[in-house]
Amino acid sequence: MVSGTDGETLLRWIPLVPLLAALLHGVMIGVVRRSTPRWAVIAISCGAALLSFVFSCVAFFHLVQLPPEGRVLLDSIYTWIGAGIGDTRLAAEVAFRLDPLSAVMILVVTGVGFLIHVYSVGYMDDDHRDDRGFQRFFCYLNLFTFSMLVLVLADNLVLLFLGWEGVGLCSYLLIGFWYSDRFNAYCGSKAFIVNRIGDFGFLIGIFLIFKAFVDVGVPASLAFADIRQNFESISGLSVAVPFWGASMRLVDLIGLCLFVGACGKSAQIPLYVWLPDAMAGPTPVSALIHAATMVTAGVYMVCRMSFLFAAAPVASAVVAWTGAITALLAATIAITQTDIKKVLAYSTVSQLGYMFIAAGCGGYTGAIFHLVTHAFFKALLFLGAGSVILAMHHEQDIGKMGGLRRKIPQTTLVFGAGVVAISGFPPFSGFFSKDEILVTAYTAHVPGHLWLYAIGLFTAGITAFYMWRLFFLTFWGESRVPAELRERIREPSGVIVNPLWVLAVLALVGGLIGIPQIYGGWFVGPDQASHSLNNFLAPLLPEAEPHLLEHSTEWLMAFAAVGIAALGQLAAYVLYVRRPRVSRWLAANLPTYHRLVTRKFYVDEIYDRLIVRPLVHLSDAVLFRRVDAGLIDGLAVNGTARGVRAIAANGLKYLQSGLTQGYVFMMIVGTLAILGYMLG
Amino acid sequence: MGLLDDYLLSIITFLPLVTALALLGTGVLASAMGAAGLPPALWRAVGAGSVGATFLLSLRLFAVFDATKTGYQFVEHAPWISEYGIHYHVGIDGISLVLVMLTTFLMPVVLAASWTDITRSVKSYFFFMLFLETGMLGAFVSLNVFQFYVFWEVMLIPMYFIIGIWGGPRRIYAAVKFFIFTMSGSLLMLVAILVVYYLGHQQTGVFTFDLVAPPWSEASALLDVSIPTSGLWWQTQFWLFAAFALAFAIKVPMVPLHTWLPDAHVEAPTAGSVVLAGVLLKMGTYGFLRFALPLFPDAAVQFTPFMMGLAVAGIVYGSLVAMVQQDIKKLVAYSSVAHLGFVMLGMFAFNLQGMNGSVLQMVNHGLSTGALFLLVGMLYERRHTRMIADFGGVARPMPVFACFFGIVTMSSIGLPMLNGFVGEFLILVGAFIVHPWWAVGATSGVVLAAAYMLWMFRRVMFGPVDNEENRSLIDLDLREKLVLMAVVVPIVWIGVHPDPFLRRIEPSVSKLLRDLEVRREQVAPAPEVAQLAPVLARFEEDRP
Amino acid sequence: MVPLEHVIGLSAILFTLGVIGVAIRRNLIVMLMSIELMLNAVNLAFVGFNRVWPEGPAGAAGAERALDGQIFVLMVITVAAAEVAVGLGILISMFRNRDSVNVDDVSLLKW
Repeated sequence: MVSGTDGETLLRWIPLVPLLAALLHGVMIGVVRRSTPRWAVIAISCGAALLSFVFSCVAFFHLVQLPPEGRVLLDSIYTWIGAGIGDTRLAAEVAFRLDPLSAVMILVVTGVGFLIHVYSVGYMDDDHRDDRGFQRFFCYLNLFTFSMLVLVLADNLVLLFLGWEGVGLCSYLLIGFWYSDRFNAYCGSKAFIVNRIGDFGFLIGIFLIFKAFVDVGVPASLAFADIRQNFESISGLSVAVPFWGASMRLVDLIGLCLFVGACGKSAQIPLYVWLPDAMAGPTPVSALIHAATMVTAGVYMVCRMSFLFAAAPVASAVVAWTGAITALLAATIAITQTDIKKVLAYSTVSQLGYMFIAAGCGGYTGAIFHLVTHAFFKALLFLGAGSVILAMHHEQDIGKMGGLRRKIPQTTLVFGAGVVAISGFPPFSGFFSKDEILVTAYTAHVPGHLWLYAIGLFTAGITAFYMWRLFFLTFWGESRVPAELRERIREPSGVIVNPLWVLAVLALVGGLIGIPQIYGGWFVGPDQASHSLNNFLAPLLPEAEPHLLEHSTEWLMAFAAVGIAALGQLAAYVLYVRRPRVSRWLAANLPTYHRLVTRKFYVDEIYDRLIVRPLVHLSDAVLFRRVDAGLIDGLAVNGTARGVRAIAANGLKYLQSGLTQGYVFMMIVGTLAILGYMLG
Repeated sequence: MGLLDDYLLSIITFLPLVTALALLGTGVLASAMGAAGLPPALWRAVGAGSVGATFLLSLRLFAVFDATKTGYQFVEHAPWISEYGIHYHVGIDGISLVLVMLTTFLMPVVLAASWTDITRSVKSYFFFMLFLETGMLGAFVSLNVFQFYVFWEVMLIPMYFIIGIWGGPRRIYAAVKFFIFTMSGSLLMLVAILVVYYLGHQQTGVFTFDLVAPPWSEASALLDVSIPTSGLWWQTQFWLFAAFALAFAIKVPMVPLHTWLPDAHVEAPTAGSVVLAGVLLKMGTYGFLRFALPLFPDAAVQFTPFMMGLAVAGIVYGSLVAMVQQDIKKLVAYSSVAHLGFVMLGMFAFNLQGMNGSVLQMVNHGLSTGALFLLVGMLYERRHTRMIADFGGVARPMPVFACFFGIVTMSSIGLPMLNGFVGEFLILVGAFIVHPWWAVGATSGVVLAAAYMLWMFRRVMFGPVDNEENRSLIDLDLREKLVLMAVVVPIVWIGVHPDPFLRRIEPSVSKLLRDLEVRREQVAPAPEVAQLAPVLARFEEDRP
Repeated sequence: MVPLEHVIGLSAILFTLGVIGVAIRRNLIVMLMSIELMLNAVNLAFVGFNRVWPEGPAGAAGAERALDGQIFVLMVITVAAAEVAVGLGILISMFRNRDSVNVDDVSLLKW
């Protein structure tokens, strides 16, 4: 069972414990007649989450005791899918790999996950709907944790894909959790299907890798270690891309395909449309899945395959630029949203874009750093929003809020901490991670990297603007709360607010793990290298380029980032606190632009008109009615039957005249014919 | 046990029919002596016992099967009409083993599911079901082509009756369509069989319909016949393969020969649909693997682009048309077309991953689509409608049902951890290695499957309970839960641990590929097949 | 000896007359008689050939004078008798039901 000292077999329990909890929940719901007492559900669920976190910490400590070059712990259980012989054998193992990258991920997943489990106890308690299900929720939550842990601990692409799809499934189940509402179910389906479109690309990427190894003659394996080892043998290959005309390097093609998968999971253009609608699910779901963990799977995967992206400049450029454009677009849309969760959703899309900017520019460490800090402050923001929603008795429109700081001071404080962190004010976490990304973009070799930097900087300003707008509209100024609600606003209970405090602290000080060298000198500590995260991950991501910048330039960029964030905050303060009439005037006098942005640039509608409806129409009118029912069935099958009947009815049946002599006549004719044939 | 093992296949194959005939005879005797014939309950009990016993016997088959040998096991050979080379020759290899297991597993499940469903002519129903099981098993284990043809055609009769008597409003049309459509393809196959038969006589002087010689004899068999690739047109591999392929393609069903399937499925009773989707459709793909590919390897390779194209067309077309269906059963029927497109794709990849995946996916499809039809049947039993528009919000009154439906839906979509993914992944990898573009087209089926299944699931299960009748739906009872559990357990098992099945399939598939390579005279062997030859030496041959 | 050509010629003429009779006459009794005529014409042909080629078909085993043709005539007479019996039975039944022996009156088995 659990062996405290043996790091290897401990790994399998990190995902297995939540799985067992989920199965237990499932059995109890399905088989046991009586409904489970609340405390039991909490014990199983949060207990499993906590246990998983403890195991993750233990495994982490085992890992750091190993020398930096050999920080790998493996746990191989069995061969899941195996087909083929020799070099072309496809073997997907169920095997877990703990190295610095996955260690960071499991700590984030289990740590933040545990906090959200605790929060959910309070949040889901308030559920009085018809389709409620306290235990069902925690079952799905545990299942999700299992899938996510499998995803990050997998040692090969196929097992990763299992976790990838698993989190997609749980996302579907959790978004549509309150399924009596048609809209929720629709959002769940949308998430799954858009994710699947990304999976299409992901699968093609996996196949390309496998096929490349088979073609070259190297033992074909989809384990990360093996791919990395045999990578040189395929890094020189080119493929002819038919529609392009020219040829493309194979690794670029693989990188692009894998990135399509990442776009689906991490909500980048053009597959981000599911994330804002995913807000239909309960808020803890939004916090866990759509802020801290599932959506980061794409970033994780890109960093996992960093050696491939480092050798694929075209793919990396696409990654970086997609991230940049997504970041800008999403931030712009967030400016005018009025649902508190939608603002945060678009903010997530935007921040994920940042992570991809870093990854595309070779700053894989920076991407992971931002992933970690974002997990902290975005989860905090979402949970804080959940607290507001609970206090407001499920009202989510910020137009009906305002001045809440007087009613729910604790929530205001923690939410404010999150806003400060995401805006990038030093010395809080967001500043360090965002700064690292900007520096990476500035020094990268990606074509147009200076523009990437500019977009990143500008978007930072917009980020600060919309976040502070959200903060001021919700908590500051005069109250626009409807009268009957005003008296019922209460601070939610401790089980909801306390995890928020923990997250607030993490959001504020989390940046310490990644302080770059220029500030690190101020800290004198036992750990002599200051950017500890970078150093921790470096042996795994050797391609991450060190920053070759003058210190003075770095100081300048830091000031620029802080400056623009401060500018954004100021603008939000002015527009929404001091002179609210100005913002209303702007909205009234620029109606087209305002509507364009508020309606999310009509992207959903465009997709619907261009893709969904024509496809359905094609399937229905053409394929089903014309081809299947009309052509194949009508013409060929039933037509043949009708033809045969027509021949029989109009011609052949007249041979049966019933007249004996007619038959005799035919016999004579026939006999003469045969005689003639035989004699002639 | 030795005696049992020697005749195990025959016992398994004929036990259902013998039981049916025994019951029939006893009933006739009883009514001749004045009684009213046997009560339906007796038929039910004995029939269920018979299919259950068959399943248990097949478990022994599974256990004793030697996964390291590549040849046929449990072979039995008895002369039947020796002057014409028609013998009783049965045997199984890994491929037919899993299909026999699937058949013997599904039949008890189906009978249990339709226990209360069928209320009139119960005795006839059980008779036809038992007859059908024998027919299907016989086709899977036959190694004499004539015998195979007999079982192939014989299967149609009980199916025709099952659809025609206990089916829906347009059952006669559906049954006749099914029968004639399938039979017309088989007729050409019969002609092709006779041509091969005469070619065999020309080359070896012996009239035989045996596909392979039994392991203890050195007699010549059809697979030893060298069928030319050029010359008289009706003797060439190309046209003979085309004739065989036509018959099997209708059965698979491959687009555009698929239109009998939606009608047959919609009009058939639940049990009929499950058996049809679960087993009968596998006849077509099995026929390709067992007869068409080994007998005509050059033609098979020649046909590859065409077959792959049709497979991908089936995947895409089936999925798109499934999306716009209003009847749940019809939707599942079209999804079958899509799933079997995957099977055909993997088969014509001619490598180990693809073909392993193809065989495994045959089993997977039988389980998941069979389960889907069972679920739809349970809904139909309650509401007597299958139109999606009549449902909505069913998950509220029937949560356990919704859970099972969800699991099976995910299996159909190909979610990892369930069986569909293993098969699909192997097929796509295998196909991608040799024909990347076809595989890309097929992968789009992954997205489309999610689209139509989830759309259907959402419309039926989620949302408010609009229709008042849905509010009072009763959730599953114990029998239904057991039936569904029986199917869901293998679904999860194969998804998590497919090795016991893959382990038994692989030697047979690798032998098939090796034999294909050996028999091909003109078309150059594909590189991945050539690679197999030295490595396959570690599988021993069965000849003493 | 009557030359063979005369015998065959007579046989042919009788046969033709029989065929024409069956084809043209509508009275069932006359049709039956025409059929008898055909059969007897064939008998004549058999006997004629047998007289000319007494050794039988293709040098039959050992017999100086084979009688295959004449034996076959006996078989034909037997068959003719049986057929007439059945035919007359049908005729009687037809007459009882339709009061007519005109074959045009029994044409219900048609489309």
